[in-house]
Amino acid sequence: MTLMDDAAIGWSGLTLSLILVAVAVGLSMWQGLRLEREILWACGRAITQLLAVGYLLVLVVDEDAPVIWAWLWVVAMVVFAAVTVRRRASEIPDITRVAALAIAASAAISLLVVFGFGVYPNVGRAVVPIAGMMIGNSIGSVVVAARRIVGELADRRPEVEARLALGQPWQQASKPFVRSALRTALTSQLESTKAVGLVFLPGAMTGLILAGVDPVDAVLVQAAIMYLILGCVATNVVVIGLGLTRNLFTPDHRLVRLARTTS
Amino acid sequence: MGTGPTVPPPPTVTTRASEPRGDRRLGAPLFELDGVSLEIDGRSILRDISLHVSADGITVLLGPSGAGKTMILRLLNRLEVPTAGLVRFRGEPVTSIDPLKLRRRVGMVFQRPAPFPGTVRDNLRVADPGATDDALLAALGGAGLSPVFLDRSADDLSGGESQRMCLARTLVTRPEVLLMDEPTSALDPDARHRLERTARDLADDGRPVVWVTHDLDQADRLADDVLVVIDGRVASAEERDRFLKEDNGG
Repeated sequence: MTLMDDAAIGWSGLTLSLILVAVAVGLSMWQGLRLEREILWACGRAITQLLAVGYLLVLVVDEDAPVIWAWLWVVAMVVFAAVTVRRRASEIPDITRVAALAIAASAAISLLVVFGFGVYPNVGRAVVPIAGMMIGNSIGSVVVAARRIVGELADRRPEVEARLALGQPWQQASKPFVRSALRTALTSQLESTKAVGLVFLPGAMTGLILAGVDPVDAVLVQAAIMYLILGCVATNVVVIGLGLTRNLFTPDHRLVRLARTTS
Repeated sequence: MGTGPTVPPPPTVTTRASEPRGDRRLGAPLFELDGVSLEIDGRSILRDISLHVSADGITVLLGPSGAGKTMILRLLNRLEVPTAGLVRFRGEPVTSIDPLKLRRRVGMVFQRPAPFPGTVRDNLRVADPGATDDALLAALGGAGLSPVFLDRSADDLSGGESQRMCLARTLVTRPEVLLMDEPTSALDPDARHRLERTARDLADDGRPVVWVTHDLDQADRLADDVLVVIDGRVASAEERDRFLKEDNGG
């Protein structure tokens, strides 16, 4: 029996895990939360989506499949991530384009380091999951950074306009506020990087240990991934800072009217 | 300004509004608005406004809250651009002037002071990072603050002091004209009167001031010229009389 065989749970394991869904439904009914339909819908949707992706991944990560398919998968992930960002932060002007740019830039830098320096082999089985982690983490950081920038400039409008009225260009007038927003956006990732191992065991490491990999080897893989995610998030935040702020000012250095964000 | 037979005699300020002192309007105007309209988010804020602002003294834009006075001020240093019409500064369309240079020539003090982090010196240096201490002290003096304020934390200033610091910060750019948007609305009476005296001193020293207020008494104390703005338009004589009468509890 291989390590992978140990980690695979099969259909029977999946079926047994439905007991936990039944627990959630039961608790909802007991407490009168009226979330039973939603829980069942969410679970059904999740397994359908995951199975569809899983079967597609079988084709993409097949050792005989050209690696270009894996990279096309990455492009699709960038597009989908940008659309997801737009859905979560629809009040922010031109967010889809800027998010796509930020996510593509951060993914390009991260993946270039990983595969350019041979940290991992350039094969579908490595490209897709690693890119998935990078891009998946990008969504949250892009949304947080974008909403913080807009929120900060909206809340501090009097100070921004006082600077503009002194003849400062928008880049200079917005700098203290954008810097503050970007620090906040990056701090949450730094905090979770600091808490890792003490508070929670991250997914990749957990998966590897479940699959029977030596915990120290799993830690090395996880640490490399964390550093990649940190670099990726930092790149995202900076690109969002540069790209979005430009959209929030007119060419004649006026701050556009901004909707207050809730984050 | 004429007063109809049914309208009681208007307050003093209306006389000034209708009869600018001396030949104030004979020279080239400082600002001209020509058929200016402004819409924001589909809402009409200013409607077909045409007016002249004279090149000396204090011109008061007077009117009730929400009349559009602040927006007129913001058009003058291009923090807003009109939906229609033309704004000229010293005869030149503001759109043909580099906005960053225009804003240094046309200084603005906002309704609420917006101090930046750091000391008063840090604040003044935002306006001109290369300014000498002498220049900073001159600006402080122009705003009626003594040199001891230079190293005070901007956060520790009172409302009146903070507003004066913002005026000093604007003066560092050596503007040709000062736009003051209800700068005393959050100040106590003493601070209000001192800031009014400062504005008068600056105007008398050759730096014209455009002052926005809804306070008729303040307009009466300050104005060389008054332009009454009501509901996004320059008020007609009749509307102006009615506003002045209502504002006086008439």
